[in-house]
Amino acid sequence: MQIENPSRRQFLKGAGALAIVGALSGVAGIATLGGMKKVAGAEKMNMPETDRQWVMVIDLRRCDGCKACTTACQKEHYLHPEQEWIKVYKLEGPSGQKYNLPKPCMQCEDAPCVRVCPVKATFKTSDGVTLVDANKCIGCRMCMAACPYASRYFNWKDSLPVPSTLAKPTPEFPVPQQKGTVGKCEFCLHDVRAGKLPACVRACEMRALWFGDKVADLAANPDEVVKLSTLINSNDATRLMEELNTGPRVYYIGGHGQEVNY
Amino acid sequence: MELMLDELREAAVRPITKPGKWFYLLAGFLGLLVTGGLAAYIYQSIHGLGVTALNDEVFYGIYMTNLVAFIGISYGGAIVSAILRLTHAAWRAPITRLAEGMAVVSLIIGALFAIVDMGRFPHIWNVFVSPNPNSPVIWDMMAITTYLMATLIFFYLPLIPDTAILLSRSSQKFQAWRVKLYSLLSGGWKGLTTQRSRLSTAMNLMAVLIIPLAVSVHSVLAWVFAVTSREGWHSSIFGPYFVVGALFSGVAAVTLVVVAFRKAYHLEKYIGLKQVRYLGYLMLALGAIYLYFTFSEFLTEGYTQYQATVPLLQSLLAGNYAPLFWAFAVGAGIIPVLLIAIPKTRTVRGITVASILVVAGMWLKRLLIIVPPLRQGLFSTPTPTYHGTWVEWVITLGALAAIPLMMMIMFRLFPVLPIHEMEEIATEESEHALKPAGVLNSGVE
Repeated sequence: MQIENPSRRQFLKGAGALAIVGALSGVAGIATLGGMKKVAGAEKMNMPETDRQWVMVIDLRRCDGCKACTTACQKEHYLHPEQEWIKVYKLEGPSGQKYNLPKPCMQCEDAPCVRVCPVKATFKTSDGVTLVDANKCIGCRMCMAACPYASRYFNWKDSLPVPSTLAKPTPEFPVPQQKGTVGKCEFCLHDVRAGKLPACVRACEMRALWFGDKVADLAANPDEVVKLSTLINSNDATRLMEELNTGPRVYYIGGHGQEVNY
Repeated sequence: MELMLDELREAAVRPITKPGKWFYLLAGFLGLLVTGGLAAYIYQSIHGLGVTALNDEVFYGIYMTNLVAFIGISYGGAIVSAILRLTHAAWRAPITRLAEGMAVVSLIIGALFAIVDMGRFPHIWNVFVSPNPNSPVIWDMMAITTYLMATLIFFYLPLIPDTAILLSRSSQKFQAWRVKLYSLLSGGWKGLTTQRSRLSTAMNLMAVLIIPLAVSVHSVLAWVFAVTSREGWHSSIFGPYFVVGALFSGVAAVTLVVVAFRKAYHLEKYIGLKQVRYLGYLMLALGAIYLYFTFSEFLTEGYTQYQATVPLLQSLLAGNYAPLFWAFAVGAGIIPVLLIAIPKTRTVRGITVASILVVAGMWLKRLLIIVPPLRQGLFSTPTPTYHGTWVEWVITLGALAAIPLMMMIMFRLFPVLPIHEMEEIATEESEHALKPAGVLNSGVE
């Protein structure tokens, strides 16, 4: 994966809070300027957001289980401490190796939660994210029963107080959460569509979280942008519970603290 | 014959004419419990489902158990009125009104728990605005409402002649509102031959219809669980398993209702040991089938020793849910079966005890079907065992009290025995008695 480039890295870092779309365009631009081989998909930089297919790649080798992602997500969405839309599990492998598994919503292609919702309150966006329209949700929790990844959280009580300056809640930015409805990770679509990385990806100091677009075939974290397919393929990324045919959009690179080479 | 019919009519309206002092005492007590349940529900509506012990891992609990258990109980009506009617079991006649009344009441109470368990009931209109036909919840709502309609019709049809009979009783003076109600319900019934044959056709049609409807309701209820990928829920046996469980608990509940009303209104002449025993036999058979299903489920799931199955079965058979599971297996399975199987305990008292055990044990079994699978799997957290809060228990108690209370009120309005049906059978029997060697001729009608 030889697309690492110090000047680009610096440029990206200098940009401060990285805009993913901006970052991806930046890569393309710099790559062209520097006479580098173009990253595949770079020509698709100017397409509308709805044509994108968002995915996440989680590098378990890097995750140290600090839960910065969880905290950032909760702060972003004004969630209660027990509402961990991205939850970090401390697990043990077959030979006793300990590893951490951050688990956001898998944003399944064929989502069981969408199938069972009686009122179509939960739906897929054209860019591949599963959202909840809280105005429709009746709070039956059938989606929670159907979700094999336990990625859905019910609002048992009122949301934490939100600043009055916030816009009205939408499925893309469901803040504040409404009591009696189900909420979940929304890939921070409000940020992503505005050109920012999701809150958890921004917060991960270990750079274990990557956010990407399958159409442009790029993945980014706050430091770097890489080719998504290479990241997935050359690291043998897998998805959780493949046997259920849900088609998760979250890829995991296995491991537990090993040195990362690419 | 005339004298006997008069006696029957008198007995059938006893709860209307002579409710007795205890009626108001008991109704007052039950009313208090129902009021408590309603108050707890209002409290929950204000504060949200957070007042329950439910959480993001155990998000279905006592309410869902009540939903399955109370709707299950309503099956007692279907089996007594439909299956036994179609098989011409004449002994069932005196208990049909009670069984159907209980079916209506427990079905309403059971279905209400769908609302109690809902996070935002006021948004229910979305079910009509944007229904998702793929959702088992929608299947459920359609099946339950259809079944409720059918049950109401089934309860109403035999009331057409009975309300007319009530009005025709010259010895009885009813209040004006009762006269109005009865004449409305009787719909111009005069006992004409055409009316009789039409009623009979309608009853038979409903009896046939209500069986697949009843089967569909509990199958769909089972599929709410079985169509998920959860260990312990995702089972092909669940549809029939739930149907048999519902019939089992339903027959037990009918037995309790029959025994209670028999004693309270001295109906022993019509509802004898025979009726109670036959219900007991039905319970015995259904209980054996239910235990067989349970064994079959556990054996096939357990034998393969799948990673996800082992902790679930362990918690049920030997872990933290084991006391509840064995309480079910022994309490609702083995003891009732023995009580009914042994002639010495096959008394009204013995069968009543068996029925109480079955109703309670089957409630427990539903809780064990719903809760433990929620706490297993890769993503389970060591949350404390779910016990419910006072809100959940007070609402449950209120619902439990509402069933007898609603039935007591129901039979202050309508005859507790199906007068017309019993008279028809009595006439038929007396006609048969005139023929020599009736049994030998029974094949020739």
